[in-house]
Amino acid sequence: MAEIETENKIKSEEYFVNMGPQHPAAHGVLRLILTIDGETIVNVDPDLGYIHRSIEKMCERDSYQQIVHLTDRMDYLSSHINNEAVCLAVEKGLQLEIPDRVKVIRTILSELTRLASHQLWWGVMGMDVGALTTYFYAFRDREMINDIFEETCGARLTMNYNIPGGLMYDIHPNFVKRVKEFVAHFKTKLPEYDRLLSGNIIFINRTKGVGVLSREDAISFGVSGPVARGSGFASDVRKRHPYSAYDRVSFKEIVMNEGDTLARYKVRILEMWESLSIIEQLIDNIPEGDHLVPTKAVIKLPKGEFYQRVETARGELGVYINSDGNKNPYRVKFRSPGFSNLSALNHVAKGGKIGDLVSIMASFDFVIPDIDR
Amino acid sequence: MSNEELIKLIDTWGFTLQTTEEGTEFLTFTVRKEDLHEFCRKLKADPATHFDLLFCVTGMDWGNELGVIYHLASTDLKHEIVVKVMTADRETPELDTVCDIWRTAEFHEMEVFDFFGIRFKGHPNLKRLFLTPDWDGYPLRKDYVDEANMVIK
Amino acid sequence: MGIDEKKRFLDQYQGSGMEYDLPKDFPGKVIPGGNGGNIVVTALDSVINWGRSNSLWPLYFGTSCCAIEMMQTGASKHDFSRFGFEVARPSPRQADLIIIAGTIVNKMAPVLRRLYDQMAEPKYVIAMGACAISGGPFYYNSYSVVKGADHVIPVDVYIPGCPPRPEALLEGLILLQKKIKTEHAKTKVNPIDGFDEGTL
Repeated sequence: MAEIETENKIKSEEYFVNMGPQHPAAHGVLRLILTIDGETIVNVDPDLGYIHRSIEKMCERDSYQQIVHLTDRMDYLSSHINNEAVCLAVEKGLQLEIPDRVKVIRTILSELTRLASHQLWWGVMGMDVGALTTYFYAFRDREMINDIFEETCGARLTMNYNIPGGLMYDIHPNFVKRVKEFVAHFKTKLPEYDRLLSGNIIFINRTKGVGVLSREDAISFGVSGPVARGSGFASDVRKRHPYSAYDRVSFKEIVMNEGDTLARYKVRILEMWESLSIIEQLIDNIPEGDHLVPTKAVIKLPKGEFYQRVETARGELGVYINSDGNKNPYRVKFRSPGFSNLSALNHVAKGGKIGDLVSIMASFDFVIPDIDR
Repeated sequence: MSNEELIKLIDTWGFTLQTTEEGTEFLTFTVRKEDLHEFCRKLKADPATHFDLLFCVTGMDWGNELGVIYHLASTDLKHEIVVKVMTADRETPELDTVCDIWRTAEFHEMEVFDFFGIRFKGHPNLKRLFLTPDWDGYPLRKDYVDEANMVIK
Repeated sequence: MGIDEKKRFLDQYQGSGMEYDLPKDFPGKVIPGGNGGNIVVTALDSVINWGRSNSLWPLYFGTSCCAIEMMQTGASKHDFSRFGFEVARPSPRQADLIIIAGTIVNKMAPVLRRLYDQMAEPKYVIAMGACAISGGPFYYNSYSVVKGADHVIPVDVYIPGCPPRPEALLEGLILLQKKIKTEHAKTKVNPIDGFDEGTL
């Protein structure tokens, strides 16, 4: 009895802590205003806009080929997939027939981009939880993928290799050989990386049972990507609405039901294995043909609305183009995966500690320019 | 369900709608702004339609009217539609919120308010999300002019 | 080949036949290399400058895509810790170099200014990438991008590229080290004096 009385005599108040825009664990410029009671989080209020570059307004005065150049900078870790989304939407509007060679090469480059993005996620997640070694291993493999991109596309990070109608130039003769070497090398490394973190008792204690998101909440918040698949909501766009060459390869869709941070981690590691298998199925049989379907220099889409969805490394990216027949679009909207995932953060982080918030944010894998556009 | 079955079922509910399938790949309903909340609630609650995933909310300025476009999908019945609503009042536009039906609308409606100025009745926390709180005007409207910041080309 | 053969400081152009003129409406002042004195550097200065230039500690500040190339420069293939930039500090009170990697928007500009003010003298600034130099691809038709980070804080070295390669960032860092080695510790002009009023 005495114990309960002394507990009731201690009063505590809630206070605000600002996890400011410049923060080593913020993955960009995200400002979170936390309301804390002791060390338990009561409310998380995100303050966005520190990298809002008004891309949607700029698209209204650009031609369709120039919009592709801007989507690179939105979610810069899956820049090839973003370019592909806009090119597919414009090709759907013009009703172009894309050759098989272009589809297969686009799929191979998309899967390489997904591998590079998941490698960076793995490196940074280890760093956030406290293991600094993962950062160096991850960037070493990313350098190999960047070399492949640089030889074929000309740039390392923001590639602009897709244009409406096909690819900008044909692939380099060394492309197939280097991709095969990389796949063979990476298959020996991925089990080693997985064992580094997933068997570690500190990592498991920090991630198991932390940040649970149920399936109904995932659907109500509109969450997509590995975050949704870790909660039992099977939402892979490559399976539900296939595009490019995804209908001719066979791969599994990874879904786990626990909904905590460890499930989201495992989903991404298994997705890396599936990406390697897709690349292996396609790399030997690239069909011959043209790399480009010629379009006019000034593209004008017919009057109407066009929506195209693709699966980036973070989730479902949707491009909505509303055209009124001119050479500039009337309205372009990018449905970004990070924005919907961020809306679930408050619900998931309530009741945990600040250390849990850091590992939840690492498992959600935010890229802030994707949220702010 | 196919588009014809959906049109037949939704016609029996008795709302004033305009239905079209031209110029877009989705079946589109334009609903009056007074009916918006009830229409959306029925779309989610009725087990024959069961639209439980709202995946895209777009604010829009059609020149004379402002409005919002909702893209809806159903996770088990696998059909998708588009719902449009518009208001002709450009000084103080107001619409009903749908964030008690789909929780993702909380953030998306804040974004539409930030860029177009449309207020949502019943929203728990309507404030400017991307721009500073003292920003003047609503940038994504077609009649927005800003000589200080924008270099037009 | 190499850095020595290219003319990087403006006073190297004068008298060589290749005159470089500033535009007439240029609002600021260019402080030429050899800040605070002429070419002859005393022995004490050379020791101080050697210490300052070989252990610059950068601040974690990356807003968008250039931050990924900065992280690649810090990783194992192109390593900037062999030049002394090893210890990257998250707090501005403990850093003396800020590498602006990414676009600066209207909402972020006061934050950047506050971080710069919190750093202790002597402090240096590198503008990395096209967005930090002049607004980059977001120059036209955008209402929220600041057209160049030098509207907010004074910049020492500009590195072009979108994003610049890690080798380009390393060349910019070595150029900054060369610039620091030609300073005079006592009579140095702080670039922040008179920056806000526009006089210098």
